[in-house]
Amino acid sequence: MANVTTTKTRPKYLSLQALLFEIRLPLPGWVSILHRISGALLFLAALWLLWLLDRSLSSESGFEAVKRYSGLPLVKISLLVLVWAYCHHFCAGIRFLFLDLDKGADKATARLTSIIVIVAGLALTALLGAKLW
Amino acid sequence: MVTRVVVGAHYGLRDWLAQRMTAVIMALYSVVITVVLLFGQPISYSVWRDLFAQGWMRVATLLVAASFAWHAWVGVRDILMDYIKPDGLRLALQVLVLVTIAGYLGWTVQILWR
Repeated sequence: MANVTTTKTRPKYLSLQALLFEIRLPLPGWVSILHRISGALLFLAALWLLWLLDRSLSSESGFEAVKRYSGLPLVKISLLVLVWAYCHHFCAGIRFLFLDLDKGADKATARLTSIIVIVAGLALTALLGAKLW
Repeated sequence: MVTRVVVGAHYGLRDWLAQRMTAVIMALYSVVITVVLLFGQPISYSVWRDLFAQGWMRVATLLVAASFAWHAWVGVRDILMDYIKPDGLRLALQVLVLVTIAGYLGWTVQILWR
């Protein structure tokens, strides 16, 4: 009996290859994992953002320095990524609050609100990005 | 019918609820600040400084910083519990996160009341 179980070929669904190329997350899954990633990113980036806030409020010259610094292309792109992280985390978070109240938990609605959250996160990022620069 | 006997310290429910309440506080603050920044005066140093010199702004920002601290702690702790399996490493990282969050909070107070 032991042989039967060990020689049986089982599908290895959690190999790296499967995770990267074979398993397709449904849309609500994407909203969820992006919510987690954006949250972790915002936690880490808070150090940098606090430093920017500190400098910008320290003095007139500090404010101007932050202004110049945030004009650098790499800094701009990084800030834009963080703006996206915030917007996505915000929209997805509101969706999760409604799910906690058992609103929109059926499959069709959950899928629809996932699309709305992903699009709204990107649209808000574009809007704020355009306003800021 | 299943009668569930709830036992334990209940800190899971408290943290779950806290994460949601702090989320609402931060969401409201974000909306207000975004409106102020986008539709208020153009931001120069004096406008920026005066904004953070007001009492309500300092208190609201401190409230949001405290909310962030609690919210981020629950969130990052969940991430660590999910992905970091060795107990010692997870504990070390959790302590590191707590120290970082405490540092963030202290720094925010320093920035607001310098």
